[in-house]
Amino acid sequence: MCKQGWLRTERTVFEKSRQGRRSYSMPILDVPQVDPEDLIPPNLLRQKPADLPELSEPEIVRHFVTLSVTNHHVDRDFYPLGSCTMKYNPKICEFVASFAGFADIHPLLPEELVQGALKLMYELGQSLCEITGMDDCTLSPAAGAHGEFTGMLMIRAYHEAKGRARTKVLIPDSAHGTNPASVTIAGYSSVEIPSDSSGRIDVERLKAYLDEDVAALMVTNPNTLGLFETHIAEIADLVHRVGGLVYMDGANMNALLGISRPGDFGVDLAHLNLHKTFGTPHGGGGPGAGPLVVKKDLSPYLPIPVIVRDGEKYRFDDDRPQSIGRVHGFYGNFLVMVKAYCYILMAGARGLQSMAENAIINANYLLAKLRDYFEVPFDGFCKHEFVLSGRDKAAKGVRTLDVAKRLMDYGFHPPTIYFPLIVEEALMIEPTESETLETLNRFVDAMISISQEIESDPERLKTAPHSTPVGRVDEGLAARRLDVSE
Amino acid sequence: MFTPHTDQERSCMLEAIGVQCFDDLLADMPSQIRLKAPLRLPEPLSELEAERHLAHLAATNLDPNQWISFLGAGAYDHYVPSIIDHIVARSEFYTAYTPYQPEISQGTLQTIYEYQSLIARLTAMEIANASLYDCASAIAEAVLMANHLNQRKRIVVSGCLHPHHLNVLQTYMRSGGFEIKITDWRSGKTEIDEVRELIDSNTSCVVVENPNFFGSIEDVAPIVDLAHKHGALAVVSVDPVSLGVLAPPGEYDADIAVGEGQSLGCRLSYGGPYLGFLATRKRFIRRLPGRIVGKTCDANGKTCYCLTLQTREQHIRRQRATSNICTNQALMALRAAIYLCWLGRAGIRELAMQCLARAAYAAGQLEKVGIERRFKTPFFREFAARFPVEADEILVQLAGRKILGGVSLGRFFAGEKHSLLMAFTEKRTRIEIDALVESVREIIECANKAG
Ligand SMILES: Cc1ncc(COP(=O)(O)O)c(C=O)c1O
Repeated sequence: MCKQGWLRTERTVFEKSRQGRRSYSMPILDVPQVDPEDLIPPNLLRQKPADLPELSEPEIVRHFVTLSVTNHHVDRDFYPLGSCTMKYNPKICEFVASFAGFADIHPLLPEELVQGALKLMYELGQSLCEITGMDDCTLSPAAGAHGEFTGMLMIRAYHEAKGRARTKVLIPDSAHGTNPASVTIAGYSSVEIPSDSSGRIDVERLKAYLDEDVAALMVTNPNTLGLFETHIAEIADLVHRVGGLVYMDGANMNALLGISRPGDFGVDLAHLNLHKTFGTPHGGGGPGAGPLVVKKDLSPYLPIPVIVRDGEKYRFDDDRPQSIGRVHGFYGNFLVMVKAYCYILMAGARGLQSMAENAIINANYLLAKLRDYFEVPFDGFCKHEFVLSGRDKAAKGVRTLDVAKRLMDYGFHPPTIYFPLIVEEALMIEPTESETLETLNRFVDAMISISQEIESDPERLKTAPHSTPVGRVDEGLAARRLDVSE
Repeated sequence: MFTPHTDQERSCMLEAIGVQCFDDLLADMPSQIRLKAPLRLPEPLSELEAERHLAHLAATNLDPNQWISFLGAGAYDHYVPSIIDHIVARSEFYTAYTPYQPEISQGTLQTIYEYQSLIARLTAMEIANASLYDCASAIAEAVLMANHLNQRKRIVVSGCLHPHHLNVLQTYMRSGGFEIKITDWRSGKTEIDEVRELIDSNTSCVVVENPNFFGSIEDVAPIVDLAHKHGALAVVSVDPVSLGVLAPPGEYDADIAVGEGQSLGCRLSYGGPYLGFLATRKRFIRRLPGRIVGKTCDANGKTCYCLTLQTREQHIRRQRATSNICTNQALMALRAAIYLCWLGRAGIRELAMQCLARAAYAAGQLEKVGIERRFKTPFFREFAARFPVEADEILVQLAGRKILGGVSLGRFFAGEKHSLLMAFTEKRTRIEIDALVESVREIIECANKAG
């Protein structure tokens, strides 16, 4: 066992458990002890104790710390995971979100005792409206996909109020998987529309899909290729002409901050990802927040509760007969909102704009440096991210997956791979504005070095990674075994 | 501040890209839709100013340390052991994302695997997923999952669900032609006879909460049997802390167990982030919403973990995915995992016993001053009490003494203005409970004199 030293397998908490060990401590029971059988019918009581592990506190801390160090993360090094905006998460935002006045307040407190929280949410909503050029906001959605679903239900309510829910939502073939999935659970059928040779919505072919059954077009702008939809205003106009709405997946809003606003190019509803654009951490897969901003026409359908301001006072309004109802048990991921609020306050208008500009410069810089080494399926300047294809590496038997795994040996998190689906062997690279020129250059060097290895030593890639806590993981075996709990 | 480039670096980079100025990079963005003026946002703040501003806003809320709280109704004031905030503050956990690349994400992956296992053990179910947004959305996902499994459209729901959970479920079910039948809540528990009347051969699932919104412990087993007799699934939303003493869903053969994980080491946070858990039978695994982590091996045969059965998920299955969820509540699941390890086998029971004892003591003391429980049902940590005057009046008076007396049922049910839902966690001392009871006695006495 000690042979493996630093890279030993960390046993599970269940394997480490020893009967009788304990971490917890409880306050003294200063009220009479009760026998559950005297209060609760015995058949409603637990028969077998929950088989939770028994560990001492030092063991628990060491266990989780030992596990943590096997993670790549933003604070360690470059994390160019396309579409995810893995930017720096300011520490001050973490600190302010831990204030007891935010972190220890109960959601059903009387409104007059939580005016600070309500004001913060109200002002965050206002800022998001200003940033996007929209009129109204709900902060309830807990993530981007939740925002999409909320938006789709509002679209349905809007059309129903006009007499007919309509049946379909148009989605470009480059869209993120949550888009069609959200459309389906909102009861619409998703219709894929083709991209043109520049990687953007094919306007002429779009026209053929537009009819009175179109509830909405769901567009991502910049799209998942990192390209701005140049004809977005005209497209929005075409959709509006058949009575449809334009929904924007705002996951890529980082490219537009202070540069262009969805509300100014015809968008009726959009969700934002606070855990991308507004610097809140990704938490190993959440919590995020997916607020939804809308134009006035859609305000009546916003989920309850809506925060309103009466003079100097803030309160919840849930008496909204046309609302789609609640989408969250309370008001959404409040502490994530606190962090985003702090982030926007510190950045201000100039700071946000400079983030977008630097994100765009960083992406274009990488693109310029890498275009001679990797195929660029859709050429031209990109916005905050770009997509390469590993298709031409097939001759050497190397796949994009191998390039990704090899990048880990150079100390980087790989880009997003195999997405968007319209690019074969896709590598989607989003550097974000947080990265220095030195980091970008290190990444460029690694990518160039890998492109040379593809020629000289493809085996090295196919067996990569070689220097990570575990070697290449057998994902197929996991699916066959289905060992998902012990 | 958070962007490193100097002006000189910026020029160098633009030159390397092959453009004169930044605007050249926006050639594909028509000028009509470019922003002409800066965004109208407040002037940027320094870190010091931002901290002061946020501290001021936090101080505009009540100071939770100065108040005694008996608020519950879906979010509970349990003690959060210090190791939780300590561990989740590690950058390695909180600045990573979804563990798509297992070779450099074993930390996150193994903790999720352990979380899944802990939830399965606590609920006595076979498997659990990696987390959902909150309890309300977990209930909705469970109902959608049941529909995927049996294609049926009727849903029989206990009227004693948390009204917010019920409302979220209704929102999720707005489309798709579902028929939601809700039992009456007026007895404070789910009446099996009513379920029997509402259930039919097209019923997809029956949804019950235990303990329910009113704090009452439900007898779920007969409802599960009834559901199964009709070929329907039983979905139970459980309070995880209660499972230290109450029968877990696996012991009464529930098909899908969901719940609010906030009690498991998440701070109250004004309603979020919390986490929804979802546990079920292994044979339903291909219908499970959200992420699942499985154990496997690396190329050298070493044990490790990765996301599995991703073919269920939106990024592969797209419009036919089991759910649209992508980002979930992973860091909150980590909190829950640490908490359950901290409690361990003995701690979860002792915690539950403390809640039970404190709630029972409070009920007894209130009874002594003439305050009866609204429903004569067995309870765990929370119950509704009925007052001779309007509950809002009691709350205002108690607030004057820095006591948060509970949540008025009138907030949710128009006819229940005299009832308060009151919760008692291990944090509420006898002195605090006595202060509550004594205050209530005085307030009512005053009201009687006045009235
Ligand atoms: C383009 C795009 N749309 C939608 C989403 C979904 O957002 P979330 O994961 O917050 O639900 C993502 C990110 O995962 C995304 O990249």
